[in-house]
Amino acid sequence: MRTKTIFQNYLFVLPAVLIFSIFYIYPFYKVFTLSLCQWDGIARFDFAGNFIGLRNFIELFQDKIWWGAMLQAGYITLIALTFQNALALILAFACDRNIKGGHIYRVIFYLPLVLSEVVVGLVWKWIYDGNYGLLNHWLASMGFSNLVTDWLSNPNTALTCVAIIHCWKGFGWGFIIFLAGLQTIPRQLYEAARVDGASSWQMFKSVTMPLMVPVFILVSILTILGTMQVFVLILSMTDGGPGYHTEVPVTRILASMVDSSRFGYACSQGVMFGMVLLAVSFVQIKLSKYMKQA
Amino acid sequence: MKEGAKYKVEKFLKDSVIHILLIIVSIGCLFPLLWMVGSSLKTQQTIFSDMSVFPKNPAWGNFYSAWTKGEFGMYFLNSLFYTVTVVFCIVIISSLAAFAFSRLKFPGKNILFYMFLGAMMIPLPGSFVPLYVLMTRLHLVNTRIGYILCMINVGLSFSIYLLKTFFDKMPTELEDAARIDGCSRLGIWWNMALPLARPAIAVIVIFNSLNVWNEYILATLIFSSKNLMPLQRGLMIFQGIHVTEYPLLMAGMTITALPIILVYLIMQRHIIKGITAGVIVG
Amino acid sequence: MNKKLCIFFILSLFIVFLSLSLVGCGPKAQNKEQVKTIKVWHWMSDREKAFLELAKRYEIETGIRVNFELYAPSDAYAQKVRAAAQTNTLPDIYGILGEKRDFASFIKAGYVYDITEEMDKNEGAWKNKLFAKALSVNEFGQGNSFEVKPGIYGAPIDVTNMQMLYNKDLLKAVGVDPSNPPRTWKDLVAVNRKLKAKGIQGLVSGWGETWMIDCFASNYAFNIMGKDKVLDTIRGKIPYTDPDWIKVFDLFREMRDEGIFASGIVTMVNKTAEQLFANNRAAFAFNGSWCVNVYRGMNPDLNYGAMLPPEASDKYPMTIWGGAGSSFMVNKQSKEAQLAVDFLKWITDAPQQVFLSKETQDLPSNKNSLKDMPMVLSQFANAMDNTTHPNAWGVSEFPVVIEAFDKGIQSIIIGEKTPEQLAREVQQVKEREIAKKQ
Repeated sequence: MRTKTIFQNYLFVLPAVLIFSIFYIYPFYKVFTLSLCQWDGIARFDFAGNFIGLRNFIELFQDKIWWGAMLQAGYITLIALTFQNALALILAFACDRNIKGGHIYRVIFYLPLVLSEVVVGLVWKWIYDGNYGLLNHWLASMGFSNLVTDWLSNPNTALTCVAIIHCWKGFGWGFIIFLAGLQTIPRQLYEAARVDGASSWQMFKSVTMPLMVPVFILVSILTILGTMQVFVLILSMTDGGPGYHTEVPVTRILASMVDSSRFGYACSQGVMFGMVLLAVSFVQIKLSKYMKQA
Repeated sequence: MKEGAKYKVEKFLKDSVIHILLIIVSIGCLFPLLWMVGSSLKTQQTIFSDMSVFPKNPAWGNFYSAWTKGEFGMYFLNSLFYTVTVVFCIVIISSLAAFAFSRLKFPGKNILFYMFLGAMMIPLPGSFVPLYVLMTRLHLVNTRIGYILCMINVGLSFSIYLLKTFFDKMPTELEDAARIDGCSRLGIWWNMALPLARPAIAVIVIFNSLNVWNEYILATLIFSSKNLMPLQRGLMIFQGIHVTEYPLLMAGMTITALPIILVYLIMQRHIIKGITAGVIVG
Repeated sequence: MNKKLCIFFILSLFIVFLSLSLVGCGPKAQNKEQVKTIKVWHWMSDREKAFLELAKRYEIETGIRVNFELYAPSDAYAQKVRAAAQTNTLPDIYGILGEKRDFASFIKAGYVYDITEEMDKNEGAWKNKLFAKALSVNEFGQGNSFEVKPGIYGAPIDVTNMQMLYNKDLLKAVGVDPSNPPRTWKDLVAVNRKLKAKGIQGLVSGWGETWMIDCFASNYAFNIMGKDKVLDTIRGKIPYTDPDWIKVFDLFREMRDEGIFASGIVTMVNKTAEQLFANNRAAFAFNGSWCVNVYRGMNPDLNYGAMLPPEASDKYPMTIWGGAGSSFMVNKQSKEAQLAVDFLKWITDAPQQVFLSKETQDLPSNKNSLKDMPMVLSQFANAMDNTTHPNAWGVSEFPVVIEAFDKGIQSIIIGEKTPEQLAREVQQVKEREIAKKQ
């Protein structure tokens, strides 16, 4: 290839790379440096004086609460990957058919995304409330009084309850992207398959699935990233409680940064968290490449 | 004839089942919204005691008070400006980059792409202070352009990744044909890639406009003049440390939600069947 | 197809430029005349209106313009102040959110103007106007453990304290004299049994926000073992496994067993607790003096009173948390430091304090402004004598220990841990932190 062409090709990515390197790479480099320091975020920063090597990371490896938070975020992510995405996919399929009022549903499914966390928190807390909650009211009236509990304060149910709200609020993205993916499948392929006498299931398996694999991967990576980093919802629902039962990595990072003013430690948590997410996504991408070939 | 009737019955049954499912989910999605609108019509005293969804004596004045007390007029224009600019820039910049990552050849392509991918994954919770230091050095603190650049950066990685996924899916034959016809790369991007990826662009517009419209924390960091702040600042005035004026807050949130729902209403039309199929046939 | 796309892009471009031009039409450069201006950063959205009004009055009186800039929520504010400190762009007046340790760090980095001299001027004219308890929160004493030069570094603009509230109507409903709420722990348990029999919830509070647990527990620690022993524990001389501490933790177990807590208290935010109490859904609340304003907004007819938490022991007096609600600091690097100090003097003066107190129902930090206050608010004001605050202790506990302590009490409330277990765990964390420091 000629140098001129290559140069021109670079121009396509130039604006993105420029903005990215100024506003991402530099802060990233700083956060990385800070993760090797002991600094409260207030005192005048002096790298040589505050440098403590890998001590933050060593402490972090032994921090049981941190890894517990990671597991809990993993649990929410697992629920989101399965239930939330299954729901999103089913709904996308339903709306992909030429169904009456399809566009109305599409609008409705988007609404939870628009709602502020304040409203979500207020409404769901009212549903889950131990004394006056809708959920307990329904359970009692249907004769399941033994199931009645204090949903958000019960250590056995709190995390799942939060996960359900998260899935409810977030399934719209999966829905929209799945729908967009389904819509880009050329209809001719379906028609050709129908002419060949394929059943709905066969069409799904041989036409839809292969073309949707990249979209599946996209949605699952986005789900993992979005869910692992969940925190606003947690702050407004339980603030990590009861005890540490609904703590997630980002709430831990905030606790180090805001509550205990351990800026360096918070940065090391951020770096560690990023590495875990990177590793997970990397595995996911490799897995999907393998899937594509299969 | 018989076959047709059977097919119709089957379709009707199938559709009914689907409708029931869709309606159940819809109720779950609509309820909190109705609660928000209903609450915006109550008063501070009745909001938690009056359990009806819509109060008997709706206080429509709440919307007026929210608009004036929250100084929404000014913030609204600001937010509109930020959202339109940021989303527009993101669409152009990210589609150019995604097109290059998907279709063009140049050394270091994969490394660059994985860099963006990685950026999406590594959250920078501690980056507030470095970012502020950087913005001060570049004299971008308390400027619109500084905020816009930051927000573009926030949405960039996701958009590039999403668009690349969609560009990758597109058939290459058309592109080759266009190339033979003498279209430049820029021409292919504009005439082929963008129209073909319309559903994906619609998703990006929806995602980023919601993101920018609801952003607040970064704005607090970068701006100090009130008259540069976005809409969410208006809502903050109702959420005191101790006293929250719930009805006004709910009214303000309803007002805030409307434009973003409108954006979705407009954009979701582009996620419909036919457009892409038509292009591929043509 | 392309046409439509083009139209879309042209349209959006049009909107961009339209907005750009709109923006350009905004107020052009401000009047060039030199008006002396001081800039104040704050986070108190509730008071924004009152502050702007005061700024207007101040400009009329002195010709000095005061620009109040609000950054809310408080977390975002705290971040902004820290970021601005790093770039030396702090305003003339600002507030520091955080623990005393953070305050000390700000001072040591040279961001805070020492106002001790100003306080002591004219035989302490300024100092004597203010509540000593409110000042002590901003004060660093001789030989403080933070190694800060002794002095006063901030001016309190209001005071606050944390007490128990009781619903008079609900107490009456179960046959308890509303003018005689429970004074001792035994009384509380007895009253609660009556409430329970009628299906009325006992105590609500925002214990999802862990600092409120910390506050409640520390009240009883003072009551059971006295101030010296509590401070000695923080200094590391007495372990948390001491029987007295176990007694403190055991109170929470007893409250759980007796069903005194309202359901969901461990994850409840205080705003929810306030809704419940204001709507007569619980007989007791543990809350700060700001609640008077909150309850008034939600239910003006609420019939309630304030009291000290019932004593669990008669060895030491009950002590509650209290002190400055919010304080302002002057930026040491500010060119207008003197103007800023003058403004703080003015805003803590009686007329302005009365105005602020009227507008937002906060307790004024100025002693001479306690007039015409609602009943409950004056009950809060009277309790100021019984207050203390971690920021006035001169020593501070490791944040990690505080977290283990508070979260552990949540675990007791949900029945996961016993008081003894918690005591051991907190002590372990404490020893680990001490070892780390050495």
